[in-house]
Amino acid sequence: MFIKQYISDVYHTVASLLKGMRTTGSYFVRPKEIITQQYPDNRAQMKLPERFRGEVVMEHDDNNEHACTGCTACELACPNATIKIVTKFDITPEGKKKKALDTFVYHLELCTMCNLCVEACPTSAIKMAQTFEHSVYDRSQLLKKLNKPGSKLRAGVE
Amino acid sequence: MFSLENITNSIQHWLYSTFNPTMALIMECVIVMFLVIGLFATLGLVLVLMERKVAARMQIRLGPNRVGPQGILQTTADTLKLMMKEGLTPNGADKFLFNLAPFIVMIAAMLILAPIAFAKGFQIWDINIGVLYVTAVSSVSVIGILMAGWASNNKYSLLGAMRSGAQIVSYELSAGFSIISIVVLSGSLQVSEIIASQQTGWWLFRGHIPAIIAFVIFIIAVTAETNRAPFDLAEAESELTAGFHTEYSGMKFALFFLAEYINIFIVCAIGATLFLGGWMPLHIGNWEGFNRIMDYIPSSVWFLGKTFFLIFLIMWFRWTFPRLRVDQLLSLEWKYLLPISMFNLLLITLIAIMGWHF
Repeated sequence: MFIKQYISDVYHTVASLLKGMRTTGSYFVRPKEIITQQYPDNRAQMKLPERFRGEVVMEHDDNNEHACTGCTACELACPNATIKIVTKFDITPEGKKKKALDTFVYHLELCTMCNLCVEACPTSAIKMAQTFEHSVYDRSQLLKKLNKPGSKLRAGVE
Repeated sequence: MFSLENITNSIQHWLYSTFNPTMALIMECVIVMFLVIGLFATLGLVLVLMERKVAARMQIRLGPNRVGPQGILQTTADTLKLMMKEGLTPNGADKFLFNLAPFIVMIAAMLILAPIAFAKGFQIWDINIGVLYVTAVSSVSVIGILMAGWASNNKYSLLGAMRSGAQIVSYELSAGFSIISIVVLSGSLQVSEIIASQQTGWWLFRGHIPAIIAFVIFIIAVTAETNRAPFDLAEAESELTAGFHTEYSGMKFALFFLAEYINIFIVCAIGATLFLGGWMPLHIGNWEGFNRIMDYIPSSVWFLGKTFFLIFLIMWFRWTFPRLRVDQLLSLEWKYLLPISMFNLLLITLIAIMGWHF
């Protein structure tokens, strides 16, 4: 029936509009939920969301050991050639040659923080850090080596 | 007790006792002119700031908070910036119409201010066809918008202006029907008599559900008439850059911007006058004590409170609803609002004839 359909259309429209207004209205009366960070003012006690992505870092433990095997999965996953893995061949105690990480080159100036490298990493060697104040006076300072000098692969990571 | 009526009366008495009548009349006109311009400037500053603050709160943001305490000087700084900017006229534009358009929009807004009662006995011109005058003059501003769109020699401007024309022509009908329904109830077109008829209660409550429906339709229609979101197709910054005022800059742009906010104030003032009793305090039937207490609040406070409540409502719409498409806009008016308001007017007429209202 046409009239019935018409009235129910009007009713549902008004109901859905009121639902939207209730959402914005509830935000209006609860100013505590404001999420704006007044950045330069609250630099000391600023809280960043958990998933904020600032730059790629490699985790090192106390023995200066990392979990990167040099498999280049991150390099292949990167959409804009931000990562370059330089590998070397270590000699294991048994006298075998084994591929290992020499230098993890990271171009911060090319990185879009897409997180694909972190997802591709099979050993969780790299992660996204929360630091974001990256401005420098020369572009060359943005080229970073992520593995610390003298670091080596953690035992047991394959 | 503080009353604007006493102030105006004493000023008028002083003017007429000091000067001859013609001179006094001219001086009164000048005073009114300065008051109106002052009101416009203040309203522009206050409403833009209010809009930005309300928008921020509804989007879980802070809004302007750097210029002055809590950002209250932000709009003053913006106005200063706009005044110092160059008012550019494009090469291919129709120079005369292009420069005339912002003033047409502004003058239309100023003219509608005349019959609005700001407080008890504080009204520029209590014309006996006040409501008719308002509906007639408010149509003039669309000429300014069309003029701006046409004279800009820009396809976006022209599209925006045409959309605005279609929109205002359609929505004026249902706005008119809602206004007529109150005229039917109060039996007068004069603003002061409409307010006086709400002595025992506002029409929104006295007219039962049909009055509430008329109020809702009125609010929707005037939101469309002032070209505000969700009916801001004339501006539609994401489709038409800025619609009819794409080519305007500096103070000419500021006039359009100001006129938009002044128009919001005016339609909300009219809505408050018709449905919420204008400056009339909240009276409930025969509760003498309650009514007496309500009378102690000055009438100007009542008027501004109601108007700003309606302005807040319209801002609430803007920051909640997405913009309509042109076909949706027209089908909303012609298929829903217009038939409903016609039927509603019939019901209200019945109520008024049978005397069923309180």
